[in-house]
Amino acid sequence: MFRTISLCGAMLLCQSSYAAGNESAFNPAFSLILSGSYGSLQQDPATPATGFAMNPYPGHEQGFNLGESEMGISANIDPQFRGAATLALDPAGGVSVENAFVQTTAFGDGLNLKFGRFFSGLGYLNEQHAHAWDFTDQPLVYAVLWENQLGEDGVQLKWLAPTEMFLEFGAEAGKGRGFPGSARAKNGSGAGVLFVHVGDDIGIEQSWRAGLSLHRTRAVERESDDVPDLLGNSVSTAFTGDSRTTGLDVVWKYAPNGNLKERYLKLQGEYFRRSENGDLRYDTAGANISDSYAVIQSGWYAQAVYQFMPRWRTALRYDRLDPGIASVGAANAANVIADYAFKPSRTTLMLDYSPSEFSRIRLQLAHDNSRQGLPDNQFFVQYIMSLGAHGAHSY
Amino acid sequence: MYRMILSLILLSLSSLSHAAINVFACEPEWAALTKELAGEHAVIYTATGALQDPHRVEARPSLIARARRADLVVCTGAELEMAWLPLVLRESGNAKVQPGGEGYFEAASAVRMLEVPPRLDRGDGDVHAQGNPHIQTDARNFLPIAHALAQKMMQRDPANKSHYQQRLTTFEQRWRAALARWEQQADPLKGVAVVVQHQGFPYLSDWLGLKEIAVLEPKPGMEPSASWLSQVLDTLQRQPARMVLRAAYQSERPSQWITQRAHINAIELPYTVGGSDAAQDLYGLFDDTVARLLKGLR
Repeated sequence: MFRTISLCGAMLLCQSSYAAGNESAFNPAFSLILSGSYGSLQQDPATPATGFAMNPYPGHEQGFNLGESEMGISANIDPQFRGAATLALDPAGGVSVENAFVQTTAFGDGLNLKFGRFFSGLGYLNEQHAHAWDFTDQPLVYAVLWENQLGEDGVQLKWLAPTEMFLEFGAEAGKGRGFPGSARAKNGSGAGVLFVHVGDDIGIEQSWRAGLSLHRTRAVERESDDVPDLLGNSVSTAFTGDSRTTGLDVVWKYAPNGNLKERYLKLQGEYFRRSENGDLRYDTAGANISDSYAVIQSGWYAQAVYQFMPRWRTALRYDRLDPGIASVGAANAANVIADYAFKPSRTTLMLDYSPSEFSRIRLQLAHDNSRQGLPDNQFFVQYIMSLGAHGAHSY
Repeated sequence: MYRMILSLILLSLSSLSHAAINVFACEPEWAALTKELAGEHAVIYTATGALQDPHRVEARPSLIARARRADLVVCTGAELEMAWLPLVLRESGNAKVQPGGEGYFEAASAVRMLEVPPRLDRGDGDVHAQGNPHIQTDARNFLPIAHALAQKMMQRDPANKSHYQQRLTTFEQRWRAALARWEQQADPLKGVAVVVQHQGFPYLSDWLGLKEIAVLEPKPGMEPSASWLSQVLDTLQRQPARMVLRAAYQSERPSQWITQRAHINAIELPYTVGGSDAAQDLYGLFDDTVARLLKGLR
């Protein structure tokens, strides 16, 4: 170190690029994402996908909309910890905490510990922030099974094996505050996640990552409104029981000469299967009949993103869901729909242009067939702009 | 499954072998320099290729896995690897190689930076706060960097201190001789007007006395538009240049557009080790760079 400095002095070559003698020199990295969209839909976006009325359905906005502006702040706290927070500014007013976590930086041995509020490491898309999505919306399977993204208040421990190939194991314990769990006032953990990721390069042009995830939680009095029943009414229901989800994800990327600036192709697909087993209280405001309820819901998507020239990308995505056939206890057999005999699907086409690394303008067309008898042609225009510090994006 | 994973782990643990240090080099030029200084005492992994835009690399799983096992990370710094390296190092769970740590080396910290922006505004394009990071195009820069890197390696691997010291001395002697040769060969290039495709050559121009009169990118990192290229063409009609320079990883289209209209030579420079067939090591890199530039005078 001293040798370096004296060398600099002798050659009169070096200069200090860190000269800053005021308090603001320690300010954390600050970034702001501005986004907004225009949406044109033929059907009421509040109508849920057929067979998924008991699931969340984060629909689309019609007309001109300010999207969520996202404010990110991050910095090293001390030699041991790094902190990061992402605050979402709701266009209707109010601020919500999307992420607020601390992670260790000095554990070594491939260990990374994260605690606070974070996006779960399950699947491939779950950890990505909205501004990094390749479409204006999440795949249907993420919308109905994870309410777009599973955020967790808890602890995550990851271990990266010292192998030639990327091999990472992760475990999370959390409150279970997001769907499919329901936050409860109790000691201990409300939800658990296990995941393993493997990945590598194939030559200099191709790279891939594959993952397997397991999620387990318990829902208590998880309420849903406007659930259709066999009598032709819309009722409220409440589910209490166990929820177990298995997920598989694969991503493969190709770029000629490995140069992403010119052209690249990215193929990805994910599959999730959720098994829920417990009791369903039917028509909570009226008949209020409780009996056993078990169902296996699943869904997948496959997509391709192609950058055909610098700054221009196009993408195609196909979504499919399976609401499963529920086993409904005898007391509710005449009330609760067990078999919808319909599999929701959607096809989406995207084109975007990025004048620089910090700005993007996007067009999206979708033919949505997720609601039986209500096909919907959707059109979106979206902008995503990023100001300030521009952190690294995950793979 | 578990047995398979376990045996995989054991296998790779044993393949960690007894090489003195495991080096993760961000760019091929630092891999080449590390090899000059460490010889057989380092196992070197190069994170990017000569045909990749070093600004636009992703934090791929393979990079994270390699950084996990590195004893020393050797990078340019000055924000060149900003889009991927911080994430790779964080995810690696390797405490030694974190920025500022004992196993982290930035070549830019050993040289004088050019084009340090007087103001920081993204309206000026993709500028780097600490100055232009493409320091490897000036062969003179390798002397202070080699010196600083050798010190770092001696710290990381004190048992082989004399080995590194000896190789550093040999490298410095050979490099000074080569510098004198390149500078003599490149004498006709002094004051020659050139156009550059990306602002990637200020150090090269500074070293050989080239005069950059125009840039094909309207702002750093922005694609050249047709209207901007026409403006460059106007400039060239008033102030002719001899050649247009681009790095091997860059698209040839903007250069071709200009050469067809302004009738000047388009010169592709290897830019780093592996950027051309002749640039197989650091000496080859500058032999070829000087030779190609001289060809541009014809």
